[in-house]
Amino acid sequence: MEATKKVKDLKISKNELWTSIRKDWQLYSLILLPVLYLIIFKYGPMFGNIIAFRRFIPGGSIVGEEWVGLQYFQMFLNDPTFYKVFANTFILAFLLLVITFPAPIIFALLLNELKNQFFKRFVQTASYLPHFFSVVVVAGMVFEVLALNGPVNSLLASLNFEKISFMQLPEWFRTIFVGVDLWQTLGWGAILYLAALTGINEELYEAARIDGANRWKQTIHITIPGILPTIVVLLILNIGNFLQIGFEKVLLLYNPLTYETADVIATYVYRVGLQSGSFSYGTAIGLFESIIGLLLVLGANYLSKRITDNSLW
Amino acid sequence: MKESWQYKVFKVFNVGVLIFIVFVTLFPFFNIVAQSFSSEAYINSGQVSLWPKGFNIETYKVIMSDTMFWINYKNTVVYTVVGTIISLILSTMIAYPLAKSRLKGRRFLTLFFVFTMFFNGGLIPNYVLVTSLGFGNSIWAIVIPNAISVFNMLIMRTFFQNIPEELEEAAIMDGSSTFGILFKIVLPLSKPILATMMLFYAVTHWNSWFPAFIFFTDKELFPVSIYLRNMIKGAEATVGTGATAADNMVQISANIKSVTMVLTVLPILTVYPYIQKYFVSGVMLGSVKG
Repeated sequence: MEATKKVKDLKISKNELWTSIRKDWQLYSLILLPVLYLIIFKYGPMFGNIIAFRRFIPGGSIVGEEWVGLQYFQMFLNDPTFYKVFANTFILAFLLLVITFPAPIIFALLLNELKNQFFKRFVQTASYLPHFFSVVVVAGMVFEVLALNGPVNSLLASLNFEKISFMQLPEWFRTIFVGVDLWQTLGWGAILYLAALTGINEELYEAARIDGANRWKQTIHITIPGILPTIVVLLILNIGNFLQIGFEKVLLLYNPLTYETADVIATYVYRVGLQSGSFSYGTAIGLFESIIGLLLVLGANYLSKRITDNSLW
Repeated sequence: MKESWQYKVFKVFNVGVLIFIVFVTLFPFFNIVAQSFSSEAYINSGQVSLWPKGFNIETYKVIMSDTMFWINYKNTVVYTVVGTIISLILSTMIAYPLAKSRLKGRRFLTLFFVFTMFFNGGLIPNYVLVTSLGFGNSIWAIVIPNAISVFNMLIMRTFFQNIPEELEEAAIMDGSSTFGILFKIVLPLSKPILATMMLFYAVTHWNSWFPAFIFFTDKELFPVSIYLRNMIKGAEATVGTGATAADNMVQISANIKSVTMVLTVLPILTVYPYIQKYFVSGVMLGSVKG
């Protein structure tokens, strides 16, 4: 019974679809080009991952020459560099999650306490600026500011410290990378929280004041719960992009001397794939990374739905 | 109600922290501008921080008389204009239908687009696709593969959804077709969102460097971001190969690099005061109903 009913429904909806396409062909014709674009340029490369399972020769067939099974996956499981870049990726991603994720929340809360609107707007305007700079310019600034005769080292020297060649030392890379990320995203990241803050009902604060709650208690009991849904949604998105840690920025900031801590999965894929021409091998590593990313976002979304009732879909 | 003394202390502390953040945020930028107007000797002795020393504009003249710089700069302008137009058209073409509740399969189509935000083909399959389409060393490698930003498209869709349905119904009564409605009613009403999207896409295209980096071998086609990238990397390209920086004259002076950086961000800085509020409202608009 159930099944036949379903089939019937499907038939009706199919007919309905045709009727509505006939009636609204102009609306449907608009979506053709974007959908075609998506199929070729977004879903095409997903299908192109097939070369992780086939031997690909640059210049040869786009889907590779022959099936090799999981050979390329076995290859990276036996590749010591793979474990190093995997660990680097995880450490950097973790640092970003615990430092650059909460920072805009705190920044927004601090801004929210300002009564002087002019000063507030000034701080905001200034803090957005780095978001609009090209990553190439950002990298250039980092090199200049941290140069051996740059302002940071001049400051160190004037305080009688040794000068540090920041960009050549692997032990400095993580600090620099997280610092740059924080610098570039702090202000921009706060926008959504500031928007959420303006949406909190003023009456709640009044009620709390009558009950004798001070600013701190108001923050804990009203402000933070008020922006919690925003925090959760952004946290899920962040976890989904957990492994995608500013690949372009790493590529511009690192060099062979700092590979030890700076080399991440994406840069390794770039080097083995595009620079050394091992396309299939690079694809296999890249696919592995993408699948972990997808699982992370699905998992985070599921957990958040169970625990907080907030989810992306 | 009187403020507690703790809150007063906090307020002073808060203003201090925020001033510090502003200083740190703007410092690298002012440092670059100061360097670009300073003489090399002062930069090398580490004396330039926020104000130029040994004022000179010679380097600006040198860079601006470099033909390659101008060719690359012009390329960036062309890529930005063409890319922005293509992105705007494609995004509108999908955002508008998705805003219509009468569109059957709308939920599926939305998911079809949103899925690509969480899963992508990866670097190498993308590279293979673009090169096998013959896009290498052409503008299409830059402006086509990333033409639609799903995030931007969702912001546009939200805007279109908020246009009162009655306006369009009235037009249908008068015999307007879907295209007629789109061009005569919806788009003229959507100037704010179109302007925002134009700025979003334009900044992205202006700042883009990676596609050109992997797909272009012809110097004449480079955008200015690659010109700058090669300059920054040129100075330390020798590090890994065993030669010390000192005995290698590839070293490009800090002064020249900072001039190039300033010229590269100049258009963004010029429009920044005007566009900043559009960006903010755009992001907020998109976040209200994701």
